[in-house]
Amino acid sequence: MCGIVGLYLKNDKYENQLGKLFSPMLIAMTERGPDSAGFAVYGDAVEEGNKLTLRHEDENYDWDGLAKAIKANLGTDVEWFQNSKVAVFKVATDAETVEDYLEQNHDDVLIMSSGKSIEILKEVGLPERIVEMFKLGEMKGSHIIGHTRMATESAVTMAGSHPFSTGLDLCLVHNGSLSNHNRLRQVLKREGIEFDTENDSEVAAGYLTYRLQQGDTLNEALEHALTELDGFYTFTVGTKDGFAVVRDPIACKPAVIAETDDYVAMASEYQALTTLPGIEDAKVWEPEPSKIYVWERNSH
Amino acid sequence: MTTNNLAENTAIETVAGVGTVDLAKSSVRSLNQALHDQHEQMDITQWEVLNPKGQHNLAVGLDANLKVDIRGHAGYYCAGMNKEAEVTVHGNTGQGVAENMMSGVVRIKGSASSAAGATAHGGLLVIEGDAGSRCGISMKGADILVKGNVGHMSCFMAQAGTLVVCGDAGEALGDSLYEVHIYVKGSVKSLGADCIEKEMRPEHIEELTELFERAGIDDQDPKDFKRYGSARQLYNFKVDNAGAY
Repeated sequence: MCGIVGLYLKNDKYENQLGKLFSPMLIAMTERGPDSAGFAVYGDAVEEGNKLTLRHEDENYDWDGLAKAIKANLGTDVEWFQNSKVAVFKVATDAETVEDYLEQNHDDVLIMSSGKSIEILKEVGLPERIVEMFKLGEMKGSHIIGHTRMATESAVTMAGSHPFSTGLDLCLVHNGSLSNHNRLRQVLKREGIEFDTENDSEVAAGYLTYRLQQGDTLNEALEHALTELDGFYTFTVGTKDGFAVVRDPIACKPAVIAETDDYVAMASEYQALTTLPGIEDAKVWEPEPSKIYVWERNSH
Repeated sequence: MTTNNLAENTAIETVAGVGTVDLAKSSVRSLNQALHDQHEQMDITQWEVLNPKGQHNLAVGLDANLKVDIRGHAGYYCAGMNKEAEVTVHGNTGQGVAENMMSGVVRIKGSASSAAGATAHGGLLVIEGDAGSRCGISMKGADILVKGNVGHMSCFMAQAGTLVVCGDAGEALGDSLYEVHIYVKGSVKSLGADCIEKEMRPEHIEELTELFERAGIDDQDPKDFKRYGSARQLYNFKVDNAGAY
């Protein structure tokens, strides 16, 4: 089943309350996905360098030691903070250099996301627990995308939870299941896209990363996805400045969008939107099949 | 103002004879129980449902001549299996509104998601906004009137009744249709297998006129509509195939 939710702010009015507005949205989708939950929040962007969300199973892991090791070995400034099992590292170098270093020297550290703005936090358990664990209510930012999972195509694990990120600042959440993910994963691997799981949704994220690398705009990448991805899906996609919703041509997976002057919100069900400010007067509609809905800040 | 506790844990207030259930305080289960109780002994004929907030299964399985107003958006299967009752949703609804309706009137002031009026046997469903995909799928005798557009695969395998669309219809309208009369004023993106456009004869103008009157719609001219129906060419329409059984 699964539930997906997204909140994209069109201006800075609610930026300080992003997590507070989003927490009840995620919890409202518990019935659709009680196995695990996660979210990708976009905010606190770095001007120079990059930001990586790292994770270690040991809550007492020596993040400070890791930061010093990165500084010493890569000769880059590192700022970091810890949030439960996760730490956000801001580095003054490109993400790939740090990713390679971690893979070679600290392979017990998982890389959840990298980019200028994105942070991905996810965990097995009820959405309410995940909200508390990562103190979602206190988070600020411009947009946020979340998922509550009822697993079908792969095991209930943290790694199999959404959102999936396969490229800088890109993330995807998925309600549905894909039927051609195995073949497509092989094709994308040959193109240099890396995958961490056997999950079908990660392939969709990988496909978008690949298309964006080929120079597609977010809209063009999703147009290609509509022809290449076989199966049923409602996707919500985040990029550094963008937010998109798309449903497959059959559209058997639900979605509803609400828009006001201040925000665009999407959810699997309207129930998840009822706590948003001004929802009573929002424009509320069901996204059409095979139609790509994109919102981008600073878009031309 | 009096307060009756008709069902346990249900805060039902009757204000000037109108039963009011606030779903911010009561569960959907107790709302439905209170409405079902009217089948045995009708005490309250008019009902107001407050704070629906997109919850599923509101006012399902009614079996009495009640008038129910839902003040806000409803979730899935709202007014499903309805008999006799007149249910009005002052908002949008999720999928399967009035599914398997037997009689009565269900009116949606906003738009409805997919499978509106699915398998409905009778009664009238009026959607004042748009309906999503598969509107009237497998319907068996209801009348469905949509003031806006309908999505793809509407009236798929639909057997009896009428679907009237004042806007446009999506892909594969009336695929594998039996005997439903489909009327569309706007464009049809594509017709499904065995669905064809048919001549509008006087009895069809009459049927539409009566339907608009019953639905309280006075801004439509039946002459603007085209009629679609089954070409009756699929396997199950051929008598020769009966020998296979």
